[in-house]
Amino acid sequence: MRSVTERLSPYLFVAPFFVIFAAFGLFPLVYTAWVSVHEWDIAGPGAFVGLDNYVTLFGDPDFWNATYNTIGMLVLATVPQLFCALVLASLLNQKLRGLTFLRMGVLLPIVTSVAAVGIVFSQIFDRDAGMANGLLGLLGVQPVDWHADKWSSWTAIATMVNWRWTGYNALIYLAAMQAVPRDLYEAATVDGASKVRQFFSITVPNIRPAILFTVIMSTIAGMQLFTEPLIFGQGGFAISGGSLRQFQTLSMFMFEKAFRDFDYGYGSAVAWLIFVLITLLAVVNFLITRRSR
Amino acid sequence: MSRLFALAAVVALSACGAQATDDGTTLIVKTFSQFGYEDLYREYEASHPGIKIKEENIGKLGDYTPKLQQWMQTGKGAGDVVALEEGILVQFMARPDQFADLREHGAAELEPNFLPWKWKQAVTGDGKIVGLGTDVGAQGMCYRKDLFAQAGLPADRDQVGALWPTWDDYIEVGKRFKGTKFFDSSGGVYQNVLMQQGDHTYYDTSNKLVIDSNPGVLKAWETTVRMIEAGLSANVDQWSPQWNAGFKNGAFATIPCPSWMLGTIEKQSGPELKGKWDVTRVPGDGAVRGGSFLAVPKQSKHQKQAAELAKFLTSAKGQTAAFKSKNNFPSSPQAIDDPAVREFTNPYFGDAPVGKIFGESVKALKPVYLGPDNIAINDRVVNALTAVEQRKLTPDEAWAKAVDDAKRLVR
Repeated sequence: MRSVTERLSPYLFVAPFFVIFAAFGLFPLVYTAWVSVHEWDIAGPGAFVGLDNYVTLFGDPDFWNATYNTIGMLVLATVPQLFCALVLASLLNQKLRGLTFLRMGVLLPIVTSVAAVGIVFSQIFDRDAGMANGLLGLLGVQPVDWHADKWSSWTAIATMVNWRWTGYNALIYLAAMQAVPRDLYEAATVDGASKVRQFFSITVPNIRPAILFTVIMSTIAGMQLFTEPLIFGQGGFAISGGSLRQFQTLSMFMFEKAFRDFDYGYGSAVAWLIFVLITLLAVVNFLITRRSR
Repeated sequence: MSRLFALAAVVALSACGAQATDDGTTLIVKTFSQFGYEDLYREYEASHPGIKIKEENIGKLGDYTPKLQQWMQTGKGAGDVVALEEGILVQFMARPDQFADLREHGAAELEPNFLPWKWKQAVTGDGKIVGLGTDVGAQGMCYRKDLFAQAGLPADRDQVGALWPTWDDYIEVGKRFKGTKFFDSSGGVYQNVLMQQGDHTYYDTSNKLVIDSNPGVLKAWETTVRMIEAGLSANVDQWSPQWNAGFKNGAFATIPCPSWMLGTIEKQSGPELKGKWDVTRVPGDGAVRGGSFLAVPKQSKHQKQAAELAKFLTSAKGQTAAFKSKNNFPSSPQAIDDPAVREFTNPYFGDAPVGKIFGESVKALKPVYLGPDNIAINDRVVNALTAVEQRKLTPDEAWAKAVDDAKRLVR
């Protein structure tokens, strides 16, 4: 009796996670797959259509446009963000006055709600009365209609993402940096290596696992980018991400298909492709970051 | 983190606890925009002891629709009475079993209380009553008296109305405005013009997509494009924060206003612009844009009480009260003829005789058949117009895109 309990208890301890995962992770995943092979609209489940939804999807220019936008904004948001975070972290790793204050300070944007960030930045990037256009005007640049072009809308949205997440990533890097043995730096200093050289030759290689983690997490978050562009879009049909879908991301496209056009089968097919894409990107990230070891 | 979850759980639990009332029934009414029912709720609660009414409102129709979808699909959250805009109603008519048949609650005898075409919109082929009409979107044109005076134009509502018998005349008037734009967004004007073009829009009555063969759609499109090319549009998306701010800033001098929009204009313009706005007749032949219904979802646990409430709110008396509160124009002939409506003037809009203006517009109107995906198609057409405004597409390219998008949507 006792041995049964002993054998079972470890499983019971880990069970809550798996039960919750099965209910909120696995089940929706499988159910979405089930919906995606059906014609499923407002009137409920319809006929089984096999891979028809996926075939249509591959021929849908709006889908490819959303994929392009998502990856474009992902690059525009992730690359500068992680680079700035690295620099910020190495600065915070120095001996400075008010270090705790500064370290907590970079976390502030995270505490701000996404909606608030979206609203404030949408005002900054407003066409008629925005601060961004005001500053550009001082430089003699014509006002930009931020919603009208891909480059301008992507810039505005990437700015929101960068502002919000740079500090968070910097703290992760900082934690990793503090685990790097001090004597490595001392030895390098003795050998005459500059601070910059030390950063690239000691810090970066030593915190590679943290970098890998942040790259994968940012990629996943970037692939699911939704709230910022939606709030930026505004108006009654904001989900289309601009008049010509200049900044419609994949998750917005999915939401539009499922909950605006009420084509649940099609929307589920989009959801599954997002899942596959994220998995692919994560694997690619992992391989790249691992190979350069 | 886990502490946070625990806290959230406690909050959620206590929130649930707060909802359960002593022994009475709480009826939840889901609405969008402004229905103007607050006083009616209090009155109903007073005459029906044990019933409490809670309205849950979502400002934008565009945000309300997907939520409503989720509630109906999951069978949870729709409350006891839901508001259905006429564009969404068409879609729900394909699934009438999600709603209580109001015949079972004595609604059949109410038919004479509604305009005949309004009544028919919410009745299925086999006679099931899905919803009861609230308002009809009688059209008017709201304008800023002060901005008209500045442009050297008459500000009196009859004289202003006489300036634009047609939309072409409206464009000519608009050209006289320098500095301030003439109207808010091409999408709003387009829709008002469109709803005056005959008895159907993107679909014919057999639900065939006719966007590229219905001359009315093309005419509305071309009229709107001419307005854009004349530089009349402020190019702010309706229901966006810029649009809201535009009322206060005086970013536009006119806005086509279906009756239900008067409440929004008053709310967004604020008390400091009281008396600056006025209402007059809309160019072209009056027509209807929008208008809603109340229905009782099958998932409601209090269908009987909910149906009674819906009947009360859509009665001639209820519609008159809603009109007085938010100018949602009645769909009940008794209410339309009620002197309380006919002679009603709106103090915010310089005591404009809104009852008379909208009443005349409603008399001229013919019902317009919308068809299943009309909202989604309209969204795409409006996006194409915006692209013209942004100078990203020529009008011809934009029209081709709108038609192509609509065809792909319906496939």
